[in-house]
Amino acid sequence: MIEIKDLHKSYKMGSNSLHVLKGINFTAEAGELVAIMGSSGSGKSTLLNILGMLDGADSGEYILDGVPIKDLTETKAAQYRNKFLGFVFQSFNLINYKSALENVALPLYYQKVARKERQEKALNYLDRVGLKEWATHLPSELSGGQKQRVAIARAMAAEPKVLLADEPTGALDSTTSYEVMDLIQKINDEGNTILVVTHEEDIAHMCKRIVHLKDGVIVEDKKIKQVRAEQYV
Amino acid sequence: MWLFDKDLWVEIFHTLGKNMFRTFLTMLGVIFAMIILILLLGSANGMSNGFDKVFAGTASNSLFVWGQSTSEPYKGFERGRRIRYKIEDAEILKKQIPEIEVLAPRIELGSHRETVTVYREGRTSGSSVYGDYPEIDNITKKKLVEGRFLNKTDIEDSKKICVIGEETYKLLFDKSENAVGKDIRINGVFFTVVGVYKPNNNINIDGENAVFIPFTTFQKAFNTGDRMGWMAIAVEPNTKVPVVENKIKKILKTKYDIHPDDERAIGSFDMSEIFNNISAFTGVLKGFSFFVGIFTLLAGVIAISNILLITVKERTKEIGVRRALGATPRTVKRQIVVEAIVLTAFAGLIGFAISVGILAILNSLWGSGEDFPFVNPMVSIPQFGISFLLMVSLSVLIGLIPANKAVKVRPIEALREE
Repeated sequence: MIEIKDLHKSYKMGSNSLHVLKGINFTAEAGELVAIMGSSGSGKSTLLNILGMLDGADSGEYILDGVPIKDLTETKAAQYRNKFLGFVFQSFNLINYKSALENVALPLYYQKVARKERQEKALNYLDRVGLKEWATHLPSELSGGQKQRVAIARAMAAEPKVLLADEPTGALDSTTSYEVMDLIQKINDEGNTILVVTHEEDIAHMCKRIVHLKDGVIVEDKKIKQVRAEQYV
Repeated sequence: MWLFDKDLWVEIFHTLGKNMFRTFLTMLGVIFAMIILILLLGSANGMSNGFDKVFAGTASNSLFVWGQSTSEPYKGFERGRRIRYKIEDAEILKKQIPEIEVLAPRIELGSHRETVTVYREGRTSGSSVYGDYPEIDNITKKKLVEGRFLNKTDIEDSKKICVIGEETYKLLFDKSENAVGKDIRINGVFFTVVGVYKPNNNINIDGENAVFIPFTTFQKAFNTGDRMGWMAIAVEPNTKVPVVENKIKKILKTKYDIHPDDERAIGSFDMSEIFNNISAFTGVLKGFSFFVGIFTLLAGVIAISNILLITVKERTKEIGVRRALGATPRTVKRQIVVEAIVLTAFAGLIGFAISVGILAILNSLWGSGEDFPFVNPMVSIPQFGISFLLMVSLSVLIGLIPANKAVKVRPIEALREE
């Protein structure tokens, strides 16, 4: 599903150049649930941004579902993001003046799905994250866990190939974190490919594979026995 | 076509509607600008209409010619000779100058600007007394309060009748007394009143205190023979008055042996000059109003652009999220430009409605044009159309500034911003 070969990325900081990613090779098959771990500055967010086409790499190859991702214009990148990727952010990034339903329907709007179908689909996804009754509520009326579930529903609504989650539990307490991870696991059970960036060990162990990043290189890549979040909820 | 995409509009009204107060403040500048523009234009139009009303009834393409005294000696005549026209001059001029449409000869009792005592049952009025042809009504229209004006039969039969002005009526008659059919006496001759007229608003060549007698009657009653005091002349619509004026003077100068360079001997007044001046004045006024209004509008639209710039900055993160979710730069740009257009157009319409209301109030207060030339102050549909179109195109151009700023921010940077 995802194939990365010898990926390099550096940032210019004045006259110095900061080499953040120093040759990453990584492959993820369809249906995998991968945790990307590393301390801050290890390059894990940069990697996720490149995977999410929010940022471009300096060199290297990136193939997503058989499509080589390179030389993207902003328009092309936007279209690919819409088609291939779902995003879940640490700070939820819901649009605060739109109801839960409208937030979930937004990627479908950019996919030019007809209004009625959009509403139906969005409601369906809200139902799947258990928030059907909250459809008309604004984000400010929701708890942190509920917001993240809305964000996950939004990411899933576009039916992406890959779900990218950047510290999805970073702003949540542990009980709520497990609820969110439970949801992510269930989505993964349905066969969706998910990448989770985290620095929390327990969250990482709820995935099926852990990739450790340190100073811009992968130092460890291992399959693990998944801990189900269900038991903690 | 995207313009008719319901979702775009839902999205835009949603965004604007969720920030009602800010939206309203943003629009305020354009609302005021539109009010100023429409009020200025409307007032200029009202002024122009007011002048039109003042001059209604006076043929704009007309001139008056009278005799004065010579300023140059010529052909053995001394300077200072008084020029007196003869009634035959009217026929000569009409025959030789085909551009003359109407020529109404007139004679005045006493010398010009002097009054004559008119008697009636012990009351007197000092009035101007004119011998006139009915044609004069085509040049300076009289508004009759009572009765009728002079007619052809009066001239043919030299009837001893007269039409008097409202002021004369007030001096000679009791209030609400019927003047028609009553006699008045001038220089020992009795005339029966057939009509009373009211002056035509502000333009007032003959005055209100005047008595009009058929020209032929005047000749006989006051023994003036073939003399003629002055001529009121209306020129064909497509002919310029000064051209005819020069032709008339040339003919008269030859006939009365006046030096070709004598500027004083023949007095004349070109009515069209006033009209030209006034239409130039109102034209400049309208142009100026438009100029000022458009720049005020520009300032208003720039204010919208400014607020949208701030809004874009505030919404950086939102825009970042939208782009992460698949909004193309075009979509983002379009949304902001359409927001600018909607804001401007809506504000413009509100301003238009308010200013039209104000103009309607002004109209009901001073719109009659009685003491101030101000009639029906309104903007025409083309004027409104042009202003509106200009405003909307400005908003498109200026909406592009915040729109470009919005897409310049890369989604990753937008998302990082907390």
